[in-house]
Amino acid sequence: MIISRKSAKDRPSMHDMIAEPIVETAPQAPGEAAGQLVRLSQARPGHRGIIAEVRAETHPGDHGVGVEELQRRLLEFGFVEGAEIEVLHEGAIRRDPIAVRLDDMRVALRRRDAEDIWILLGP
Amino acid sequence: MSEAALRTARIALVGNPNSGKTALFNALTGARQKVANYAGVTVERKEGQLLTPDGRSLSVLDLPGTYSLRARSPDEAVTRDAVLGKLAGEQAPDVLVCVADATNLRLVLRLILELKAVGRPMVLALNMYDIAQRQGLRIDLEGLARELGCPVVTTVATRKRGIEDLVAKVDALARAGELPAESRWREPSAQEIRQAHRQAQRILKSYVRPPERPDTLTAKIDAVLLHPVAGLAILLAVLFLMFQAVFTWAEVPKDLIDNGFQETGAFLAAHMPDGLLRGFLVDGVISGVGSVLVFLPQILVLFLFIILLEDFGYMARAAFLMDRIMGGAGLHGRAFIPLLSSFACAIPGIMATRVIDNKRDRLTTILVAPLMTCSARIPVYTLIISAFIPDRAIGGVMSLQGLVMFGLYAAGIVSALAVSFVTRRFLWRGAVEPFLMELPTYKAPDLENVVRSLYLRGKIFVNRAGRIIFPLMIVVWFLANFPAPPPGAPGPAINYSLAGMIGHVIQPALAPIGFNWQMTVALIPGFAAREVAVAVLGTVYAVGGGNAPGTLATTLAHHWSIATGLAFLAWYVFAPQCVSTLGVIKRETNSWRWPLIAFGYMTALAYVAAYATYHLAAGFGLA
Repeated sequence: MIISRKSAKDRPSMHDMIAEPIVETAPQAPGEAAGQLVRLSQARPGHRGIIAEVRAETHPGDHGVGVEELQRRLLEFGFVEGAEIEVLHEGAIRRDPIAVRLDDMRVALRRRDAEDIWILLGP
Repeated sequence: MSEAALRTARIALVGNPNSGKTALFNALTGARQKVANYAGVTVERKEGQLLTPDGRSLSVLDLPGTYSLRARSPDEAVTRDAVLGKLAGEQAPDVLVCVADATNLRLVLRLILELKAVGRPMVLALNMYDIAQRQGLRIDLEGLARELGCPVVTTVATRKRGIEDLVAKVDALARAGELPAESRWREPSAQEIRQAHRQAQRILKSYVRPPERPDTLTAKIDAVLLHPVAGLAILLAVLFLMFQAVFTWAEVPKDLIDNGFQETGAFLAAHMPDGLLRGFLVDGVISGVGSVLVFLPQILVLFLFIILLEDFGYMARAAFLMDRIMGGAGLHGRAFIPLLSSFACAIPGIMATRVIDNKRDRLTTILVAPLMTCSARIPVYTLIISAFIPDRAIGGVMSLQGLVMFGLYAAGIVSALAVSFVTRRFLWRGAVEPFLMELPTYKAPDLENVVRSLYLRGKIFVNRAGRIIFPLMIVVWFLANFPAPPPGAPGPAINYSLAGMIGHVIQPALAPIGFNWQMTVALIPGFAAREVAVAVLGTVYAVGGGNAPGTLATTLAHHWSIATGLAFLAWYVFAPQCVSTLGVIKRETNSWRWPLIAFGYMTALAYVAAYATYHLAAGFGLA
């Protein structure tokens, strides 16, 4: 956990431009939330913005593959710092999974796998 | 030109899923394709041949689609090892062809950078180029080729455009005979993936101008198809239509095949001297093979729907809509397609589990697939229902018989979900795999590709079914016919055979669930295929042939109590009465462990269900 924070500091990323600590509240309604930093797992349809950071820290062992591996998979799928993202749809049960537009492609993922993706919400 | 210059060149197609890789493979090789398995793994190996205008023969390998060379599933491991030239039993490819969806280049550019590190000669094929042009997407092909250091061609695989150009470029690289450079590829770290993305982003910015008229249709369709309520309703409607089609369209060819086999059998029976060989050919080979091939029409109709929905881009949406529902039972969203196929027959269903990356997810799906009500259960269900369930309307609209049929289907689905839940909970307590899936752009399916895929699926089913099922049929026939009854012995011949003996031996064990010896004897040949039990019951009760289910139903209603009939139905919901399925599980898991586990748990469930049903019904005075 700490290690991943450190590695995040080692490189210039969007994250360094954003003041910590991150507020752990649910994002406001789309449109009023500009400038808020939220987990993708908390975002609702209509929320859009830029991926600020993809971490490797949430609930180690909770993903069948470990957080580092999950992070690499997310990165390989295009969930990478600076990518444009917009939540398009959510499932009927517990609003899960979600479908997002990621730059030019559409990707479906479960909210539990989206916790380490932080989005800087835009207007 | 020297002989050496014209030796066969091996090329491998690599690319993201949904890039039209298979369509390009079809356009390149046409009908000259071979489907097999890679040595030692259950990953489909598709290879085809073509001849270049210069007379060089190219052998094309269609590798499983991937986003990265860092493999996460057996399929992707095959792609990685084949590209690196490390795959056991395969020679390294001479030229790589990277297939990219021209309208969706970002991710594939990162894959290309990985492929470049491998150091083999490579051609980049920008496929679906017509769609890119229609969207007004501008790609600086020369600049891109210069930047990537490999030839770039544009193709429209479905219209066979750009194929000659691609072949010429591959041929030129093969002729140059450049030795591959030392591979610099290794598993990238998160940091390196980020760097590669930045590089890909830079390349994209320099050489690709974003579309003037981006696709908006997909978003509009998704607004309906992924709607939490409307989307699920449409999915149900699609499934309903699919089942209607499976059982109505397939009816005529199914009867044709059935009659064809029966008549061939009758012809042989009439024109051969009575004896062992005739019995073997007529009752063993012809009726055995026929009992499996009879499902081919249903399987083809089902696959037609699956291929159409897949090519249209709907299957990923279906997995999205079903993920939470299936996830609650510990199943992966991708398990949806295999389980759907299992309604026709568990064999193609189990074969389709290869799309599931994670081994545990895949095993869970394989274990529960046989619980879905396959069409071989239908003759048994129909017979027993018509014998024991009164033909009565409920509430004026629903027929009681139809309701029972529906209940049996529902029992299969619910038990599959329950078993998967229990497996997840107690056998593998580990967390579930991440679920990440691209939702591809909607596309009109291409007729030729649909026909080719359908033909291929049918061929694979017949081949595998033939190889696994045929020997098993012979075993079952042997059990049902040896030893022959003593001359002049009363009663059906099967009674004296090994199957009859086994039936009599296990009868006491099955007596508590209300089964008589005629039933247990029928269960043994019923292992060949579930519906065979109907024919055997016909033989045992000597109603002749089993061709007249009406008569057989009346006979059964006369001989069995209602409780026994219901217990038999309950048994058939769960019982592993199909050696072919067990054979396919053995093949797909490469171990006897899983077919044995499947056999064990299904038999246990069947026994418990039949016991409960029998005693409950007996309690209501139906024994």
